[in-house]
Amino acid sequence: MSYLTGVIMVTAIVTYLVRMLPIVFFRRELSSRRLKAFMYYIPYAVLGSMTFPAILESTRSTFSAGTGFLVAILLAYFNRGLLQTALGAAAAVFIVEYLTL
Amino acid sequence: MRDGIPVCLGYIVVSMSFGMFAVAHGIPVFSTIALSMTNMTSAGQFAAVNLAGACASFTEIGLATVVVNIRYALMSLVLSQKIEKMSFVKRMLLAAGITDEVFTIASTRGEKVSFSYMAGLISTPYLGWSLGTILGATVNSLMPVSVVSAMGITLYGMFVAITVPVAREERPVLYTLLIAITLSCIFKYAPVISALSSGWTIIIVTLFTAALAAFLFTVDEEPA
Repeated sequence: MSYLTGVIMVTAIVTYLVRMLPIVFFRRELSSRRLKAFMYYIPYAVLGSMTFPAILESTRSTFSAGTGFLVAILLAYFNRGLLQTALGAAAAVFIVEYLTL
Repeated sequence: MRDGIPVCLGYIVVSMSFGMFAVAHGIPVFSTIALSMTNMTSAGQFAAVNLAGACASFTEIGLATVVVNIRYALMSLVLSQKIEKMSFVKRMLLAAGITDEVFTIASTRGEKVSFSYMAGLISTPYLGWSLGTILGATVNSLMPVSVVSAMGITLYGMFVAITVPVAREERPVLYTLLIAITLSCIFKYAPVISALSSGWTIIIVTLFTAALAAFLFTVDEEPA
């Protein structure tokens, strides 16, 4: 078994278990408010730490990535949705790189 | 089924950039597609590719996958209260399709959701996700560098699109994001601890930030 096959199997099994166990086996309400709050904030903590500063290295220049990041924040702030925000950021990167590189 | 179509379109774009990202990081086309079809999670797959590129251990990858995807456990929990009574097998099938967007749509429906509604809601995004990955992974070498570079930011653009609207409405979420970003910058640039791999950084920053936020903001804000 190759390393990558292992990676695919590990991530697939872990991801499925995380999704499957609660919906299949959980029958009652969660009682601890602390625990509920902890789980509520996790997605934002994950997405925040994964996005920044890594986003600055996602394109050919820090400047184009920074511009794309600002455009994404603006579009998201005005609730433009996933597709428009993602494509808007990409368009900003494309234009900035066309002008500067 | 109709509710899943906008999600499907968004997924095609994002999974295309995932496909390009993975191939650019040395993952073969077939493995990239297999990863998408078995995982169906942008953030998790993205972390997996980063870690696999760095030849991380299975323990590290498994743990990072749990942490990055632990939000699905909460969604799964919420959905367990939201679905109509259904068999074990049906629950097990639906579980595979829980994503941020599917969850958002299903959980904000007024009434309880049926198996057929959920199956329809999940199917088009899944197709979009698989198709986009195939396109992204195979087309990568034919695309001009400028387009590949621009597409590189779309995945992050999606993360921004998920978080910013919530941060705008809820102060604690805004603070959570700011704390997480500050910490991840420290882990990235500070001497000594920047030697830590990105998987561990994500795990540590996430757990610490969420715990801190839960400690600070339980009282004044009732989480959804």
